[in-house]
Amino acid sequence: MKYVDEFRDPEKAKVLIAKINALYEQIPQIAIRPLQLMEFCGGHTHTIFRYGIEPMLPDWIELIHGPGCPVCVLPMGRVDDCVALAERPDVIFTTFGDAMRVPGSKKSLLQAKAEGADIRMVYSPLDSLELARKNPDRQVIFFALGFETTMPSTALTVLQAKNEGLDNFSLFCNHITTVPTIKAILDSPDMKIDGFLAPGHVSMVVGEQPFHFVSDAYDKPIVITGFEPLDILQSIWMVLKQIAENRCEVENQYARIVPPAGNEPGLKAIEKVFEIREFFEWRGLGSIDHSGVKMRNEFARFDAEQKFSIPNLKIADPKSCQCGEVLKGVIRPWECKVFGGSCTPETPMGALMVSTEGACAAYYNFGNLPELLSKRDQQNKENTA
Amino acid sequence: MCLGIPGQIVKIIDSKQLLATVDVAGVKRPVNIACIVDDTHPAESCVGDWVLVHVGFAMSRIDEEEAQKTLELLSELGEVQQEIEAMKESQTLLDS
Ligand code: SF4
Repeated sequence: MKYVDEFRDPEKAKVLIAKINALYEQIPQIAIRPLQLMEFCGGHTHTIFRYGIEPMLPDWIELIHGPGCPVCVLPMGRVDDCVALAERPDVIFTTFGDAMRVPGSKKSLLQAKAEGADIRMVYSPLDSLELARKNPDRQVIFFALGFETTMPSTALTVLQAKNEGLDNFSLFCNHITTVPTIKAILDSPDMKIDGFLAPGHVSMVVGEQPFHFVSDAYDKPIVITGFEPLDILQSIWMVLKQIAENRCEVENQYARIVPPAGNEPGLKAIEKVFEIREFFEWRGLGSIDHSGVKMRNEFARFDAEQKFSIPNLKIADPKSCQCGEVLKGVIRPWECKVFGGSCTPETPMGALMVSTEGACAAYYNFGNLPELLSKRDQQNKENTA
Repeated sequence: MCLGIPGQIVKIIDSKQLLATVDVAGVKRPVNIACIVDDTHPAESCVGDWVLVHVGFAMSRIDEEEAQKTLELLSELGEVQQEIEAMKESQTLLDS
């Protein structure tokens, strides 16, 4: 256990791992197959890899890394739309830095910038708004992405723009929602998830209530989880304990940040500005009903999609790319044919390699690369033999 | 973006627009505090409070110990450096 010592509190970690191991006897279904627990959120994935949590766990627990990394699930067609908007001569296109390197069908935003498009990396939508104030003769577009965690920020920014009558500011809205996505995962026939770690900061905004369907309608335990390595170990134990005791509930491990009712002003702002889309396209997962939001009609003049024309094409991922199977937990990242070969963090083919929160980048950066690759080749040999 | 970063509110810039100056690991920047104020916590009372900041918006009030622990975690994940750099870059952009 080479990582345990890096924990700020290795003693507590050891106690939690012992408690997890002690539940073995009480969960009879383990005899049939390992339990699959999904951490939905890319932030959790990052912690799990950084602190080597997987190797600490007994082999009857498998962690499935969910699709909760907004940059990673951005479909190619949407990147193309960004590029098209950014290449308009009247536009200053603003975005978080994370999105710059996500491959589009022809180019990424980074390449478009190198070719002369006016693309600027901002820290906050507030900075984008400030650029709009300073450049009244240009159209400033903010590329809004992220789950419910970042929705209050863009909603409040749009409300501010409306208050000020800043007509040269708009959002290209690509926000996605957590709950329909967890539902799609639960409905997917090739999935056998036994329990969930729910995203801590999404829950900080939406509260506990939206997750009740997981325990009520699907009979799966779900625990809202913080981002410390100890939080994650504790939540894993809480999920297992529910399974051992035949309970299915929404439990809140991260109560120090997550109020049961969520963030009221944030939810109000979201409600004012956004409405649910009929469906939204995800990289690798395809189209998921109600999994995104768009801007309400009364905010049309702040909606880049309505204000400018965008190509809005559906572009299939490259054939060799297996992001979808990885996102659904059907294969492990290192089992993808191009992992570590033509797909690396420097030259990503799929978005899971782009962000540090993507499962492929996590394995690439923190895993034992030679070991993983030889394991894959071994498996391939066995499969073809 | 999703993990956010803790900071301490040092000044209220505009109590109507709910803008405050927040010190994030030594970098000061304007942060919107609409999500953490209510009748029991008006803007004026927020100076000195520790908050979790997501892309320029204070999303949650936290205690100082939690703030320090989170900063440690984020710096081990390499996120503090990233966020600070993004803030600085954004600021240069606006100053130019
Ligand atoms: S290795 Fe690359 S192409 Fe394969 S699943 Fe990961 S990100 Fe996608």
